Amino acid sequence: MYAFDYRRPSALDEVVSLLGGLEEPKLLAGGQTLLPTLKQRLAQPGTLVDLAGIPGLADIAAEGGGVRIGAMATHARVATSDVVRAAIPALAELAAVIGDPAVRNRGTIGGSVANNDPTADYPAACLALGAMIVTTARRIPADEFFAGLFETALGEDEVIVAIEFPRPELAAYRKFRNPASRYAMAGVFVARTGEGVRVAVTGAGQSGVFRWGAAEAALTDDFTAAALESVPLDASDLMSDLHGGADYRAQLVKVMAKRAVEAAAR
Amino acid sequence: MNASTVTPIGAPVRRKEDKRFITGKGRYTDDLSRPGQAHAYFLRSPYAHARIRTIDTAAAAEMPGVVGVLTGRDLAQDGLGGLICGWMINSKDGSPMRAGAHPALAVDTVRYVGDHVAVVIAETLNLAKDAAAALAVEYEVLPAVPDLAVAQAQGAAQIHEAAPNNTVFEWELGDRAAVEAAFAQAAHVTEIDIVNNRLAPNPMEPRAAIGEYDAGDEAYTLWTTSQNPHVARLVLSAFVGLAPENKLRVIAPDVGGGFGSKIFIYAEETVCAWAAKKVGRPVKWTCERGEAFLCDAHGRDHVTKGRLALDAQGKILGFQVKTIANMGAYLSTFASCVPTYLYATLLSGQYAIPAIYCEVDAVYTNTAPVDAYRGAGRPEATFLVERIVDKAARELGIDPAEMRRRNFITAFPHQTPVIMCYDAGDYAASLDKALEMADYAGFPARRAEAERRGKLRGIGLSNYIEACGIAPSAAVGSLGAGVGLWESAEVRVNPTGNVEVLTGSHSHGQGHETTFAQLVSARLGIPIDQVTVIHGDTDKVQFGMGTYGSRSGAVGMSAIVKALDKVEAKAKKIAAHILEASEGDIEFKDGRFSVAGTDRGLAFAEVALNAYVAHKFPTSEIEPGLKEGAFYDPTNFTFPAGCHVCELEVDPETGTTEIVNWIAVDDFGTVINPMIVEGQVHGGIAQGVGQALMERVAYDGEGQLVTGSYMDYQMPRAEDFPAFKVGMTETRCPSNPLGMKGCGEAGAIAAPPAVINALADALGTQDISMPATPAKVWAIAQARVTRQAAE
Amino acid sequence: MTHVSMTVNGRAVSADVEPRMLLVQFLREKLLLTGTHVGCDTSQCGACVVQVDGAAVKSCTLLAVQADGCAVLTIEGLAPSGALHPMQEAFREHHGLQCGFCTPGMIMTAMDMVARLGPDLDEATIRENLDGNLCRCTGYHNIVKAVAAGARAMAPASAAAE
Repeated sequence: MYAFDYRRPSALDEVVSLLGGLEEPKLLAGGQTLLPTLKQRLAQPGTLVDLAGIPGLADIAAEGGGVRIGAMATHARVATSDVVRAAIPALAELAAVIGDPAVRNRGTIGGSVANNDPTADYPAACLALGAMIVTTARRIPADEFFAGLFETALGEDEVIVAIEFPRPELAAYRKFRNPASRYAMAGVFVARTGEGVRVAVTGAGQSGVFRWGAAEAALTDDFTAAALESVPLDASDLMSDLHGGADYRAQLVKVMAKRAVEAAAR
Repeated sequence: MNASTVTPIGAPVRRKEDKRFITGKGRYTDDLSRPGQAHAYFLRSPYAHARIRTIDTAAAAEMPGVVGVLTGRDLAQDGLGGLICGWMINSKDGSPMRAGAHPALAVDTVRYVGDHVAVVIAETLNLAKDAAAALAVEYEVLPAVPDLAVAQAQGAAQIHEAAPNNTVFEWELGDRAAVEAAFAQAAHVTEIDIVNNRLAPNPMEPRAAIGEYDAGDEAYTLWTTSQNPHVARLVLSAFVGLAPENKLRVIAPDVGGGFGSKIFIYAEETVCAWAAKKVGRPVKWTCERGEAFLCDAHGRDHVTKGRLALDAQGKILGFQVKTIANMGAYLSTFASCVPTYLYATLLSGQYAIPAIYCEVDAVYTNTAPVDAYRGAGRPEATFLVERIVDKAARELGIDPAEMRRRNFITAFPHQTPVIMCYDAGDYAASLDKALEMADYAGFPARRAEAERRGKLRGIGLSNYIEACGIAPSAAVGSLGAGVGLWESAEVRVNPTGNVEVLTGSHSHGQGHETTFAQLVSARLGIPIDQVTVIHGDTDKVQFGMGTYGSRSGAVGMSAIVKALDKVEAKAKKIAAHILEASEGDIEFKDGRFSVAGTDRGLAFAEVALNAYVAHKFPTSEIEPGLKEGAFYDPTNFTFPAGCHVCELEVDPETGTTEIVNWIAVDDFGTVINPMIVEGQVHGGIAQGVGQALMERVAYDGEGQLVTGSYMDYQMPRAEDFPAFKVGMTETRCPSNPLGMKGCGEAGAIAAPPAVINALADALGTQDISMPATPAKVWAIAQARVTRQAAE
Repeated sequence: MTHVSMTVNGRAVSADVEPRMLLVQFLREKLLLTGTHVGCDTSQCGACVVQVDGAAVKSCTLLAVQADGCAVLTIEGLAPSGALHPMQEAFREHHGLQCGFCTPGMIMTAMDMVARLGPDLDEATIRENLDGNLCRCTGYHNIVKAVAAGARAMAPASAAAE
């Protein structure tokens, strides 16, 4: 790691002013992606601003039938939260299969969403559930938040405070893990609400998480795995690497989508 | 079986060494710190092949905390030699292998990504890394040849001047004419093309070294993660020229796994020892996992074409093999013997094959050096034999088990056409037991049930053989080995009757501290907690050859037995004097020396005390003390063999392979501690399954390592396996006193063909390469669906 | 330099550290608690697992400054000197280790597993929850057995007596 300074403010407005005033500041949430990146000297922040000292930032609460999850809530807490399990069990199940147990004890929902790794799980849940990303400056609908690989709508001195998930009628997440890294190679979150069906895909897209429109249309008409049988997915937009070509990822997306539909309808 | 009891051979004695490991009190190299130590960081080549025009160290040397910046020129100026390969192989035409120089730090050329360019030594590792970023190296990038398939082609870039066409040797073994005659009369010929995938050994403890120089004694000490500290000292002394052996102490403390990769003498530990004198401080280096992927010697990496001649009944008539073996950019310590004498000599497998001919070309590429990895040559041989026999069975419509049975060697000793003379075995016994444990007969019903669940189920056999205990010394010497392959032991009986056993073997997970002590406990009739095993320090143990090739039981323990024989003989003499009986009347049993036919006797500890007190026997005839050493050179290799059965299910939608059952039936000869032996089998299977389904070191066209971390190199995890079912059969090895054969590599040798044969069975095709990743298996399953639809 | 204070294995410790010092470096280099190991750079092998405020974490992926004010438990603190924790004893009894390098992380992960999921762990659960711990020696077979046995031995006396 390159040398850096470390701050642990105790209020959000302090965080925002640090972000505005420091040279090359970087927010530290759970650190489960950031620290490996720093260890490989792939980033050189001037100061790490640790969010761990902000009271209440990890709270999870029922809200309007759905849930509001504080940005610093760990994957382990989301996975085991009675509030989440009651409102959106699929979200708790997603949190329970991120990384491994030790990573889940530190990694946070806010960090995952802000980083927008193309193989992260939470972005798929945010998109499929139509989540609202609540920041220190504004409320950003998920559809407007994710802007490509590791890119989001967040401003430089804007901090995610919480994520609000409305409650779906039915939802499920299924992922095929990259055999080596265990990140999603194809993760599909399917959610049905009164307004229709949303299908979000992570791990496979060249530009990160995306909604699979054709599948949404097919499932809105007929919420069964069979309805996906002949739905097209353009492999040319999918990633291709050592672990599998775009065709294979297209197949995985379809299989995971079907399995998610079956699980949701169960 | 607790510590205060005598531990018989064959008992699952719990390990003595565990206490320190489970309480965090193990002492691995990186756990050690020397007063005043500085930290080394190696600047590595970012290019697969480049000329170093200039290295400007000035700015780096001025960085905070920097103690020294050293390059290959400094090493050369000090007159240090390069790293060596200790096994001479001659080509077919009799010419010696063409080895390029292998400096510990590159002088003018780098030959693979990760090659050592310079070392920065600083107060902390972070400061060393900070300073390394200020090193200015000007490279002239050269065309790289990372691909084995084209390395020998006309016009390919040349990696070493000494090796035209990048070819180190073109070697052969066997009788070409006899094989041609066999093919001429064959009713059927089976052919197979195999790529034996390159693997990264990945012991969980990364390599590490601390070099220290005592200016007063003019002596070096090197703590290092070595499987064979004495060989490391010998090489550093005799070839690198660091210091005379008596001025160089090498200590391999607790070592966290090796699997071959810690046999070799690497650049980093060489540089740490040398640099300690240069900078006047102890110098510590600990490998990061990313560096380990770059520069720990890799394993396997063969491309092979095999042809099998058979008669109409499936009896093998002849076997012809052509292999190209990747050596990487330099010849590592034992690299040349792996694809030759550890490979082609096992091509007879468990089968009576009248004629075998094998050609092996060893080739340089711009990749990390390739050397021994668990099994070393023998997994490559077994994979080839067991795949081609399986393929032949299917082509001839013979059940794979029956096919094997028809060709088994059944009489011993059996001289194969490829040097080895198998001394003992019962291959049908292990096959029968494995088939029974696997419920082979019930497989069709299980397959049908799986099909109803949408899964493709397959079963695969692997009847492996290996040659362990690499010996005798004169024989390996005649084949080109630069060292003898005996082992030493010393048994020191203390006056109070407890015992220290010094062994030239080295334990890095194998449990020698227990198994060796168990042997001594059983033999001397003293509780196991009164026996301490000492290894891994050249100042304590006079010499030894270390641990690899499943040799520590058959060779290392045999040396202990020989020393124990001498201890017992001397103790009997002493007991005879004390008991005033004739030496021939003294019996030793259950820890007691007694006069035959009387109740007069002495406990072992009483004799030990008398040996040192030396009042009761004539010291003109018998020297005081009770300490004996032995060097043991076996009379033959040992030949562990067995049968593994893999049963698996493929999900054709995702290509995921799930292993649902694993049977291992092994014949290791005498087993001292079955708990430890079974553990060795488990670990070997996991590594073998890793090779078959998960692991591959990949370079891109420019020679950049693509699988440089656990993000891309898939390691086997707990979820990837069922519980293994391990059985044993036993034929005693006639060539060592305990009848032991060796167990360390069996699983890694047996497993890959069992998996791929099972996949071939499940998928209905023989065209499956390793690793059979989900993407690959899915593509094969898709093709099968398409094929079936067309039919 | 930043000042950190924490409790490690029940003992209050404090030191001035560079912010870039990892918790595992703090434990190994400052406190000489070398039972916690480093086996990779990408947060995957789990050799470095310790407990921070009762939860298993990878100490190679946590800065020492992040653990300021926390209670840290390492392999050295599992049992009083000379004694073995039931989970340690189970690893010994069931030959759940060979080279021993991954073992401290395995044991600390097993402790976390019991804390989260209780003492009655089936084989599939154990294998799934060892997802973040790599072992190259054992093929996991005996680790799985050891974790199951260790978990059972950790059950409260009343449950064990049933």
